[in-house]
Amino acid sequence: MSNAKKTLRKLTEYKLFLPFLCLALVLLINVIKTPTFFAITINNGVFYGYIIDVINRASELVILAVGMTLVVAASGGTDISVGAVSALAGAVCCFVLSGGEQSVNEYHAPYILGVLAAMAIGIICGAWNGFLVAKMKIQPMVATLILFTAGRGIAQLITDGQMIYVRVDHFKKLGAFIDGVPLPTPVFAAIFVVIVTMLLLKKTALGLYIQTVGINAKAARLVGLNSTMIQFLTYTYCGLCAGIAGLIITSRVYSIDANNAGLNMELDAILAVALGGNSLGGGKFSLAGSVIGAYTIQALTTTLYAMGVSADQIPVYKAIVVVIIVSLQSPELLKIWKNIKKKFGNDGARKKVA
Amino acid sequence: MKKKLLSIILATAMVATMVGCGSATSEPAAAEPATKEAAEEATPAEEVAEEPAAEEASDDLIVVGYAQVGAESDWRTANTESFKTTFTEENGYQLIFDDAQQKQENQIKAIRSFIQQEVDYIVVAPVVETGWETVLEEAKEAGIPVILSDRMMDVSDDSLYECWVGGNFVKEGEDAAAWLKTYLEDQGRGSEEINIVTLQGTIGASAQVGRTEGFANGMQDNWVMLDQQTGEFTQSKGQEVMESFLKQYPDIDVVVCENDNMAFGAIDAIKAAGKTCGPEGDIIVISFDAVAAAFDSMIAGDLNATFECNPLHGPRVAEIIQKLEAGETVEKIQYVDESYFDTSMDVAAIKETRAY
Repeated sequence: MSNAKKTLRKLTEYKLFLPFLCLALVLLINVIKTPTFFAITINNGVFYGYIIDVINRASELVILAVGMTLVVAASGGTDISVGAVSALAGAVCCFVLSGGEQSVNEYHAPYILGVLAAMAIGIICGAWNGFLVAKMKIQPMVATLILFTAGRGIAQLITDGQMIYVRVDHFKKLGAFIDGVPLPTPVFAAIFVVIVTMLLLKKTALGLYIQTVGINAKAARLVGLNSTMIQFLTYTYCGLCAGIAGLIITSRVYSIDANNAGLNMELDAILAVALGGNSLGGGKFSLAGSVIGAYTIQALTTTLYAMGVSADQIPVYKAIVVVIIVSLQSPELLKIWKNIKKKFGNDGARKKVA
Repeated sequence: MKKKLLSIILATAMVATMVGCGSATSEPAAAEPATKEAAEEATPAEEVAEEPAAEEASDDLIVVGYAQVGAESDWRTANTESFKTTFTEENGYQLIFDDAQQKQENQIKAIRSFIQQEVDYIVVAPVVETGWETVLEEAKEAGIPVILSDRMMDVSDDSLYECWVGGNFVKEGEDAAAWLKTYLEDQGRGSEEINIVTLQGTIGASAQVGRTEGFANGMQDNWVMLDQQTGEFTQSKGQEVMESFLKQYPDIDVVVCENDNMAFGAIDAIKAAGKTCGPEGDIIVISFDAVAAAFDSMIAGDLNATFECNPLHGPRVAEIIQKLEAGETVEKIQYVDESYFDTSMDVAAIKETRAY
């Protein structure tokens, strides 16, 4: 067996190979259809190009996917309230900064207060979900369904059913650019969240604990792990991630639209986790996989825009690509493929003999 | 050592959540179950509270149930306000208002609850055009006239609703194209090749269908429609799609945004790309709806023109209800009066006189 083949095998056995392959496939379509997709120019002192759009627009999704990965790993369930929680966090932030008025041109409270309020709301919502799931042992989807439906309602109550505008340049920076920095700020926020989470998981035993609890909560308990606390913490962390994502969403449009902010993002976040090759049944997980999954989803959206696919057809194309990606990663497909190969391989061998 | 570190982290996290929980009481959005229930049932509870009052007062007050789409844009907000200020108790009405949060099932639920509460009139601004037959028949059986506001319903039997009040979206689109033609001619670009992109509304909404059709009717031979893509009537999507358009087509002359909010997103995207827009800029931005923020945008010189979609349906609906009360028949389709505004006008002065 040649060396090249060996490295290829080693490469395909690498855990993140498939998620990477899928992202590469999506990007590859662009090489053929829109060659300018990878062109990055400098415009007004900032980087400019489709690829920048992808990593910029995917930031909220990356942050949500990070939280979602931990929740999935520890509890084998999903948190479907993250979209609503991010809208709620955004609403609270805008409400604090605008002092309850509908459109303001200057802060009515210090910016940091708005940020802290949004994060606190995220944590509270996450803790509430965690309490229901970990302590009350309610099915995660049912437990988070409460905030999924009520979250936007509460946000509406806070904003009085209106959109609140915070037209302050400083407020727009989180969703746009900081002067003199050539990359959009959300990218840094996403990187920051990913690195902090990675450090938390790798430098402490938390990552291992989460996996253990996810594989078998009872057994984990018997070896002395506080499964309840660990599940609770993952949901709380997921809530915090939703709060941060809410801040970015609001900052992008310097306003909160409680009905549309983060709409359907929970589904994309779950999809990102799945695309990353993680089992939605809990247990072993790969944070990097989910992050790649999130970028894949945004790359797909931007690709469809770049290719000029008409608006009513976009969902169809998305569905087709997702089906392909998910089945590519299915172990069953690999088995079928191996069987076919074996069969044909044998045929070939027989022919030779004849 | 690691265990110690872990316990410290856990402890801080716990304290953090406890502090969070502690402050929860002062926060309006506390994660307490009671608050949540209150939030969920806020609207029905209000209705229940109002219900006995409604029955008592039904002799002199006309009870109107309004199933509103949501609060997705400033236009919608102005529309809601128009109803709330028209149908007041002083004017002899009682308004039961329902915000459907852009979901058809919520609206159907709201209409059913209006029927149960035996309101006198139901006003609906449908989220989508299809799927209304069953619930409208229920209203018809209950003998409650249904008036459609803003968006049309696609039902086989148009006797299911009394009439429809709203803007003429096709005409708005045609007006926009006509305005652009004269504007370009005034600039001496009448025969130049003009590259246009459109940010469409939510696909299938009457405003999207009508405005797209109207603008297409007014297209000139030398105009090229480079691309059309949905921005779902929201600022963030409008911004994202415009970002993509700007990269794909380096030479865009005109952006048509099917509502103001998408135009704000598009303007942000144009500026971020280092281009300029408005009367002094490279790209002409046209939008629809004419909300207050659009006037600010015209004053700032970012937006060229906005075509009004009059949200003040309240008075017209009240007029219709009065006619129906008097036993008169009303016309099936009733357009509200609409005009347009561009930067050649004294927009700052006009803004002062606007109700929304």
